Amino acid sequence: MTIAQVLPPLFGGALIGLAALVLLALNGRVMGVSGIFGGIVNLAGDWAWRAAFLAGCIAAPLLLALTGHSASIQVDATLPVLVVAGLLVGFGTALGSGCTSGHGICGISRLSPRSVVATGISWSSPSPRLLSSGI
Amino acid sequence: MNVAAAFLSGLLLGSGLVISGMANPAIVLGFLDIIGDWNPALLFVMAGALAVALPGYRIIKGHKPLFADEQLVPTRRDIDTPLVAGAVIFGIGWGLAGICPGPAVTMLGIDPKSALIFLGAMTAGIVTRLMVARFSRD
Repeated sequence: MTIAQVLPPLFGGALIGLAALVLLALNGRVMGVSGIFGGIVNLAGDWAWRAAFLAGCIAAPLLLALTGHSASIQVDATLPVLVVAGLLVGFGTALGSGCTSGHGICGISRLSPRSVVATGISWSSPSPRLLSSGI
Repeated sequence: MNVAAAFLSGLLLGSGLVISGMANPAIVLGFLDIIGDWNPALLFVMAGALAVALPGYRIIKGHKPLFADEQLVPTRRDIDTPLVAGAVIFGIGWGLAGICPGPAVTMLGIDPKSALIFLGAMTAGIVTRLMVARFSRD
């Protein structure tokens, strides 16, 4: 990768880190998207800040598009793959208490052994794409 | 005020995911697919995030939040079976479509159809876990 290719991931990553700090410093909460989303699903009661957080995520690409930085994404997954992937991600993050943001960024920043282990496992899980390619 | 703060945090996260490329499933799959044409971009996303969050967390730790009474941060440190099994299942699902929860929500503002399908299934997965936990307790 060239420097020009490395800068957007680094800068975007720094914004993600800043998002986690803002939520902890202002609201005292861990920025774990599966937990914030899951709290609405299991009717935890404090839905207002959770909904506002998710609304912020959705607003981000819309606001960036207004400033001429529209996001281009490529979803290769077919409908059945999207459904199976969503089911596994929902079940797995609820069972394992976190995802890339909660364990991967907030947990590792707190040097939590649980989060280091969970992130190590989820980042190295055998991708079904690898298995299907004959390895 | 805590609602406005949560919106700001979400806005920063969503922007970071879009700018870094992590909101794009193709880039994520390019990272997880280590034997194909490997794309290391996610390592730089993680490095950028931890460069800010690691020192920041150390500074903020233990301070009273501006809009809340206390910090609600997990305290458990034990490695148990649900944690490991959950991480394996999550990792497989992540590797299937290249989408994890943060990008899935952010995708609602980019490709609402794919995002709604994924988030609907993700909700069903969470509900399944809640039901399993309830039945196994009884």
